[in-house]
Amino acid sequence: MLNISNRKWRELKQQIGFMTVRLAALIIFIILGILLYFIFSRGIKVISWDFLTKMPEKGMTAGGIFPAILGSFYLTMGAILFALPLGILAAIYMTEYATQGKIIRIIRIGISNLASVPSIVFGLFGLALFVNYLKFGVSILSGSLTLGIMILPVIIRASEEALLLVPHGFREASLALGATKWQTIYKIVLPNAIGGIITGAILGVGRVAGETAPILFTAATFYIRKLPDSVFSEVMALPYHIYALMTEGSHPKEQKAIAYGASLVLIIMVLGINLLAILIRNYYRRKKKW
Amino acid sequence: MTRLERNERLIKIALLVIACSAVSILAVITIFIFSEGTPIMFKYGFKSFLLGLDWYPSEQSFGLLPMIIGSVMVTLGSLIVGVPFGLACAIFLTEFSSRRLRHILKPIIELLAGIPSVVYGFIGVVILVPFIRENFGGPGLSVLAASIILGIMILPTIISISIDSLQAVPRSYREGSIALGATKWQTTKMVTLKAARSGIIASIILGMGRAIGETMAVIMIAGNAINIPHSVLDPVRTLTSNIALEMGYASGEHREALFATGVILFVIIMVLNTLANLTSAKRKA
Repeated sequence: MLNISNRKWRELKQQIGFMTVRLAALIIFIILGILLYFIFSRGIKVISWDFLTKMPEKGMTAGGIFPAILGSFYLTMGAILFALPLGILAAIYMTEYATQGKIIRIIRIGISNLASVPSIVFGLFGLALFVNYLKFGVSILSGSLTLGIMILPVIIRASEEALLLVPHGFREASLALGATKWQTIYKIVLPNAIGGIITGAILGVGRVAGETAPILFTAATFYIRKLPDSVFSEVMALPYHIYALMTEGSHPKEQKAIAYGASLVLIIMVLGINLLAILIRNYYRRKKKW
Repeated sequence: MTRLERNERLIKIALLVIACSAVSILAVITIFIFSEGTPIMFKYGFKSFLLGLDWYPSEQSFGLLPMIIGSVMVTLGSLIVGVPFGLACAIFLTEFSSRRLRHILKPIIELLAGIPSVVYGFIGVVILVPFIRENFGGPGLSVLAASIILGIMILPTIISISIDSLQAVPRSYREGSIALGATKWQTTKMVTLKAARSGIIASIILGMGRAIGETMAVIMIAGNAINIPHSVLDPVRTLTSNIALEMGYASGEHREALFATGVILFVIIMVLNTLANLTSAKRKA
């Protein structure tokens, strides 16, 4: 008798536990849904061709966000141009050359720590090194380098994983045919790892495009009269534009509407970039010959 | 040595230099932040920085205690919000959901991680802050609002690392427990969660690091008033907001004091990161 009620009690507890975790998971997805719904439903009313391609007008209360989109594009491209070659080469050294030893351990710890440095600290660093010390000023160059350093760990890790996935037999076969180590890497390993590397790079792009704190003092400005004409120009950037619309200016109502539109554009950009990364990953996975 | 061999050697050395330079960036960051931030801390004393209550940069008064307390409060708040939900979601996805459902839901969680922090801040300002102001009183811009938004923001970190560590628990543990007559829930609670404990703790520490380091969302919804809050409905300023708000116009000692704020933040993050590494290292050992 006691045994049966005990079992019933245990099953009841199981039901309660099961319900709780399911409910918690459900709530998370509902919150995500609400979040996206708000941005989409309000933002879509603001977005038009003009909104995407025109300059802001009347002190940020009307007009478009074109310079902010363009600025984000410049910053992101600059960051990738800097971080991608550096990241891939560092990853090649770590996977193909370094033997498990002290240097590699120090490099690993360094990279994992670099990945956890808060974005505002990167901003401070960019201000101290690029803006002031190297005298690049508040510019596309300073912002791109700061953002590039920030995504370096993402790119190194992704490239490392992609390189490690290339089977050892490929390398051995190439070496057995008389190719040197670098020839093997260049002609065999890299082409086979390129899918994973591109995926990592695109994920890095997605992250950089949404960052605000690192460019606060290194690149971004609320308003520019003309589009940037060199790497030493200040730029508007989409995430910073949203922040500025909500914290500066004197027409909160009009600015809020524009901020909804800008948020939607930013979300579509970032999620679109991430989706692209996933598609590319799947494409290369299907194409994979081993 | 042939030309080919020499080239190979040069390439190897060049790659080593590049790999080291990628890492030495961390060292350069550390050196720059510390060299800009520590002199002023020595000048006025660590105590006045860490325990000082007044932040009046124009009067050489650089007390960071309100901001430290602010950072600690919103971080703890975000853990209170994020950890139960995140952990429950991870348990649901690994232990109680079908493979297919998991394959659909996991990318959605990753999507949550892809949303830029400024968008979270924006959502906080337009939805959550008015909601709190109307239903609970106060200015709305508050510890509570920041905790909830940060709690949502750290979910992906907690969920994905917890899922990894739950999945790393060998199947035989679960089978053994079920064979002994335990229910699935008992197995999860007493066996799987225990075995995955260190990974889960690491996920919480890393989530904590994310919450402390978060800037844009917090700056938009925490209110940024420099005072020690008496309730969760009061506004606060965090260490990160302090830097972001004032660096734009700071100069001289004020600027150095903001770098000092960065030093404190940097040290906190490095300590947390080391703790997380140690807990996961313990798991592997």
